[in-house]
Amino acid sequence: MKIALIGLGSVGRGVAEMVAKKDLGITITAVADSTSVCMDADGIDIHTLLARKKKSGRCGDEGVSVTELLKKADYDALVEVSPTNALTGEPSIGYIKTALNRKKHVVTSNKGPICLAGKELRALAQKKGVALRYEATVAGAIPVMHLLEHGLAGNEILAIYGILNGTCNYILTRMADEGLTYDQALLEARELGYAEADPTYDVQGIDAAIKLVILANTIWGNGATLDDVERTGIDLLTADALRLAEEDGCTIRLIAEAIPRKHILRVSPRIIPKNHPLVVEGTLNALTLETDMAKEITLIGRGAGSVETASAIIGDLLYIRNHYDKRA
Amino acid sequence: MKLEMKDSPGQLVAALKPISDVGGNIIAVIHQREPELDQDTLNVQIVLELPEGRLDKLIALLKEQGVHIQRIGKKRLLFKRTVILIGHLMHTDLSDTVDRIDSTGFAEVSDLSMSMPAVNERSSSRITIKAVSKKDMAAAMTILRTVARQKSLLLLEPLEDVA
Repeated sequence: MKIALIGLGSVGRGVAEMVAKKDLGITITAVADSTSVCMDADGIDIHTLLARKKKSGRCGDEGVSVTELLKKADYDALVEVSPTNALTGEPSIGYIKTALNRKKHVVTSNKGPICLAGKELRALAQKKGVALRYEATVAGAIPVMHLLEHGLAGNEILAIYGILNGTCNYILTRMADEGLTYDQALLEARELGYAEADPTYDVQGIDAAIKLVILANTIWGNGATLDDVERTGIDLLTADALRLAEEDGCTIRLIAEAIPRKHILRVSPRIIPKNHPLVVEGTLNALTLETDMAKEITLIGRGAGSVETASAIIGDLLYIRNHYDKRA
Repeated sequence: MKLEMKDSPGQLVAALKPISDVGGNIIAVIHQREPELDQDTLNVQIVLELPEGRLDKLIALLKEQGVHIQRIGKKRLLFKRTVILIGHLMHTDLSDTVDRIDSTGFAEVSDLSMSMPAVNERSSSRITIKAVSKKDMAAAMTILRTVARQKSLLLLEPLEDVA
């Protein structure tokens, strides 16, 4: 299977490294980062590519646009892992459309395009007879999409709720365990690389809300948008609040929840018993699905990381290879 | 409530039936035979949950069955929920916040723990609310959400059982 890899940050590098290391039957024939592209229909040598990227900051040559690359290169699937743009989804939406229009499968970890244009992109993929898969957009390595699509096929999904942002979970864990203030815990998260310089996107619950919208649309096709999510962040929490919860055998976690029959689509800090299955430590994610037949299923795993996210992307790629007809 | 009835077959069932007839829910039935007691009667204690305003109807129905009500215990608030409020709680009149719940008559603040940080910093408090029924609790929570919004307080609610 030949792939075009757009984005060579943490996730892109993870995918490239795993493709090089493991015998997966995947060849990378085109790569683009934010400033350059390279392609080779016979397969790019990944070690040379990563060494070049490390040395010069570029993966290849300038002058060819990503769109041109996607129109010209020889590949079966586009792996779109460029940085997310939560406001417009561009330029990724354009890249995904270009590939789909050429009847190429698309696998992405990019939340912006799926949150903003998921319906349109899914329809285009269907029209062109190819797959659009985005397991990596929600809860990193946790295979929630595969579970919903296959393992829980035939179930009615009644509710989905859990912890979808590792940065917030890390901050809350540290506030509870060490009595840190919010500012102290945030500083620590930054030093460890868990939080961005501008943490707004994480701590105000926007990231969790985007993932909730992706889940809700995938499960119920209800056309939910980011504006429909009732959202409260963790940035106003006090160390005292965590101590008061603790005295009661509880703690506080940022919970994203979608319960259609109660018209709930919400991200908010909640009081939760410490022995509750959703109370996970550090940067972990956890998610409970409630269904009519299987009842509750809770998944716990890593929500971010280079190789962890690559796991979700490679899972999607191999699924496509094994379930779609190979084209000449 | 403590009931006294004839110790004959079918009497206990006859006494319990009116409870479900008025939409009540039996939580416990305690039935002890005391040796020094007159053999003809049976003393039964029943703990039950009743919708608001159905007690008089139940008393009337029980009397029809020939059941004597010895004592009716105190109404207990059965539903409990603990929330946390964060913000300028004193400046926004905490006693008014509590009173908005207590004055409903169907719910009350039964416990309050509070942290008192430096003067201008936001304080945090844990508040336990009790109510007679699930519906009353929901109404109390709606009031509390409104108050929190009016006073710019952050209200943390528990993650309930979704089912």
